[in-house]
Amino acid sequence: MHPASHPEYETVIGLEVHLQLKTQSKIFCGCANVFGEPPNSLTCPVCLGLPGTLPVLNKKVLHYAVKIALALRCSVNPYIKFDRKNYYYPDLPKGYQISQHDLPIANHGYLEIPDGNGNFRKIQIRRAHLEEDAGKLIHDAHVNHSLVDYNRTGTPLMEIVTEPDLRSPQEAYDYLQILKLNLQYLNVSDCDMEKGSLRCDANISLRKKGTTALGTKAELKNMNSFKAVKTALEYEVTRQLKILQAGERVIQETRLWNEEKGATFAMRSKEEAHDYRYFPEPDLVPFMIEEKTIAEIQRSIPELPAAKFERFMKDYGLCEYDARIIIQDQDSAHFFEQCAKLYADTKKICNWIIGPVQQELNAHKTGIKTSFLQPAALITLMTKVDDGTLNNLTAKDVLKCVMDSGKHPDEVIHEKGLAQGTDDSTLETLIEEVIQENTKVVTQVKEGKDSAIGFLVGQTMRKTQGKANPKKIGEIIKRRLLNG
Amino acid sequence: MKLNELTAHEILTLIKAKKTSADEIYDAVLGRIDQCDKDVRAYVRLRGAQMDSDGANGNASQPLPIAIKDNICIRDVETTCCSRILTGFKPPYDATIIAKLKNAGVPIAGQTNMDEFAFGSSTENSCHGPTRNPWNLACVPGGSSGGSAAAVAAHEAIWAIGSDTGGSIRQPASFCGVVGLKPTYGRVSRYGLIAFASSLDQIGPITKDVTDAAILLNIIAGYDPKDSTSVDLPVPDYTRALINDVKGLTIGIPKEYFVEGIDPEVNAAMMSSIEVLKKCGALFKEVSLPHTEYAVATYYLVATAEASSNLARYDGVQYGLRLQPSQVRKTALMDMYEETRDIGFGREAKRRIMLGTYALSSGYYDDYYLRGLKVRTLIKNDFDQVFTQCDAILTPTAPTTAFKIGEKTNDPLAMYLSDIYTISVNLSGVPAVSVPCGFSREGLPIGLQIITKPFDEETLFRLAYTYEQNTDWHKRKAELKTYAKVK
Amino acid sequence: MISEKDVRYIAGLSRIHLRDEEIESLTKDLENILHYVKKLEKLDIAHVNPTSHVLPLKNVYREDTITPSLQQSEALRISGETSKGSFKVPKVIE
Repeated sequence: MHPASHPEYETVIGLEVHLQLKTQSKIFCGCANVFGEPPNSLTCPVCLGLPGTLPVLNKKVLHYAVKIALALRCSVNPYIKFDRKNYYYPDLPKGYQISQHDLPIANHGYLEIPDGNGNFRKIQIRRAHLEEDAGKLIHDAHVNHSLVDYNRTGTPLMEIVTEPDLRSPQEAYDYLQILKLNLQYLNVSDCDMEKGSLRCDANISLRKKGTTALGTKAELKNMNSFKAVKTALEYEVTRQLKILQAGERVIQETRLWNEEKGATFAMRSKEEAHDYRYFPEPDLVPFMIEEKTIAEIQRSIPELPAAKFERFMKDYGLCEYDARIIIQDQDSAHFFEQCAKLYADTKKICNWIIGPVQQELNAHKTGIKTSFLQPAALITLMTKVDDGTLNNLTAKDVLKCVMDSGKHPDEVIHEKGLAQGTDDSTLETLIEEVIQENTKVVTQVKEGKDSAIGFLVGQTMRKTQGKANPKKIGEIIKRRLLNG
Repeated sequence: MKLNELTAHEILTLIKAKKTSADEIYDAVLGRIDQCDKDVRAYVRLRGAQMDSDGANGNASQPLPIAIKDNICIRDVETTCCSRILTGFKPPYDATIIAKLKNAGVPIAGQTNMDEFAFGSSTENSCHGPTRNPWNLACVPGGSSGGSAAAVAAHEAIWAIGSDTGGSIRQPASFCGVVGLKPTYGRVSRYGLIAFASSLDQIGPITKDVTDAAILLNIIAGYDPKDSTSVDLPVPDYTRALINDVKGLTIGIPKEYFVEGIDPEVNAAMMSSIEVLKKCGALFKEVSLPHTEYAVATYYLVATAEASSNLARYDGVQYGLRLQPSQVRKTALMDMYEETRDIGFGREAKRRIMLGTYALSSGYYDDYYLRGLKVRTLIKNDFDQVFTQCDAILTPTAPTTAFKIGEKTNDPLAMYLSDIYTISVNLSGVPAVSVPCGFSREGLPIGLQIITKPFDEETLFRLAYTYEQNTDWHKRKAELKTYAKVK
Repeated sequence: MISEKDVRYIAGLSRIHLRDEEIESLTKDLENILHYVKKLEKLDIAHVNPTSHVLPLKNVYREDTITPSLQQSEALRISGETSKGSFKVPKVIE
């Protein structure tokens, strides 16, 4: 039985997500906010925390934070301030992190996830706040020192904390996927766990079903993908169940997920209870966020995935499956809508975008917005398949050329001579030839053997070097042979 | 008079009249430093002949060698706050005020001695040992900007820069018989000032007379986009406020500052000063700053809390001192932190860090730090109230004249109480200046403090200038001798 | 009011190693100061707001523009302990 649906115990999970915001510059200084550069090449006296330096808030960071808060249905606090969180670690140059304690950007929001019964359930968001990221420690097992790279210090972070509303590792996974999609729509973060622009810690405890008090929780860290979060939580459920069923107590501790071993391990260093000694940051003044600013930012939020999903099913008649896939990428969804203005069969459009178009995009490692493909071009292709000028294979071929070169489909068709010998009169001539050459099969067709038609179609196709539309050929043959 | 004994404005007049050159001035200053700094010990680091190149493009339009307190970052020059823990630290950038001085063509003579991290009122907490008061080498120059004040008083610099968190410009100015001004909080950029208490620190001028203070404030004041707490208000030309006329100005005398126990000579100097200003047309009234007695306690909670956090970065990781004990105690990393900070910080620094940490710690935050912030509001309100009735407030700068070196080092609390007249000013953020107003029988300077409302440095200058024009305390010269102290 | 045990704890929080000889005098000093600050308890502050900033400044920002960073060599120059472009510290165990 899956541990998440144990009869006696209920799993209680809360997630803390740290998002790197993709502003041009860092939160408190003008260093470029990029990833992957040589160590300590993107620092300045401010983000290095050198003596005498002072922070100045990047306006865009605040803007993005409000945007995220609104998208998550939070109430944005009109008066916010920053606080110092004091602790010592080599990747924290000032010996404190500038964060937010009692007056964060936002409180009391929610994100909806599927409840497993075809409906949605709200996962409450307790708070969201801004803070600066720390540097990176590089450990090498074979030497007796560690290395510190401060490029990452001062990267703007938004921390989003849920209430312990999640009830299974799968729900945690769903929450992360949906959160990521929403944030990608807002274009405020890359949400890439591999590159570290999204980090997730999980708190998990079990309790007897029917009780409301929270059990002792373990805090899980070091998961590097959404899948790892799910797997780590699954492992924890099993581990904690075992302990509780043996009548023992779960220890409140921080555990690190070890991907190789597929297990969590308690942190080796004995963790002292941190006394962060929060106090208001004296180097930053408070911020008042006006109603009209909030309204402006609210207006700038695009249609979010959930709404788009509903609308696509309703307005375009897409099934749940197709709608879910097409909205995974905001630009593809937009492309779809542009196509739908030019062509009625929305399912076909969807299939093309999800299928052959996406294949080409993957090959080019690009998104649909930056590719050569225009909605009108795709519709041209689809129409040409409909009228028999192209078949599915040749159409895909043309698509590839269009996306490789940026040429118009008509141009490609002309260059490749794909339309030649596929017009009706040419086909009729070729079909006559085939009929003459295959009299026995023709008799079979007239006797009602459908599969014989297929043979004749095949022969005709060969004569057109595979360019013609087999459906069309079939229609012509039927007309010729069966209708007198 | 020798060139180094002149004020900045006197030298500028000579320069304009082509009666002297930059080289002559530098020679005079360097010569004086050579002659007497071994006795005064105002400087910890000298630029020497290099000071000429500090000015932008060798611009010698204002060749007025300035002494800079050792807690203000100068690019690629060792800056240590006179603490062992910052040994060897060379900031890769200039503080904003340093950039302004360089742009104005003012050369830096050297960096001056101070109490470590500005923790002190006597400059005895420096890792280099104390500076001596030019008026009596057996006495302290005050602190924490004691080196800067002594350098000016001994004419080892034309003028100087200090910093003031609880009185660290004004009190040494008072002890050394020079002018020391703490601007309104936010008037001068803190970018590059190595922080003690972020909500209290301000950089300000220490000069031979009031005119020089106005000239220097003109150079260093102004909004800085790198400092979120600096104020975007235009900087007036403070020299236009140097008017010898105070008719009609109302000055408040806070009754809480003149209680039993005040040094009788200080009190006498105050009374004489009041008479001088009365004769010039100023009106006086008694006012009340009822929360005065709580200021020192408030300061030692709020300022130390901020300091404990500001000094957390001195951990041996990136720069400065790094030590490891000879035997492992906890882990190599933890040991490095603890040993570096044990050896790197002096006693007073440790005391304040511990006190500040305690005030912020879990379970104590409300009773200590938060309470301190609330009493601060009451103290600030006292000043706001008084400024609805008066243009300025007059008080002594310090309760005594300079005390003997070593006299108060065993009693931290007694040392803290020497800031009693200056501390409230920082807590409220208002501007204040100390000008010399007399001498004790033993020949030690006494200072007069004038306080005005936020961003009203003009009234401050007007009053200070008028007082100075009607007295000649600022013209006396320190002898650089040692006297046995009677009291 | 403050014991030697408290002092050791605070020293730990402050990452300062204290020698045994220092603990006694430090405890005494802190005790005296804390006793002095007790006078603040006389005041009624129930309805008083704390002052963290003396100026009524709000909303001080900078625009989201990039300014030049230090070169790697400049950043590392402040330290005597560097390796492979990074700052070197004693091994950190996690």
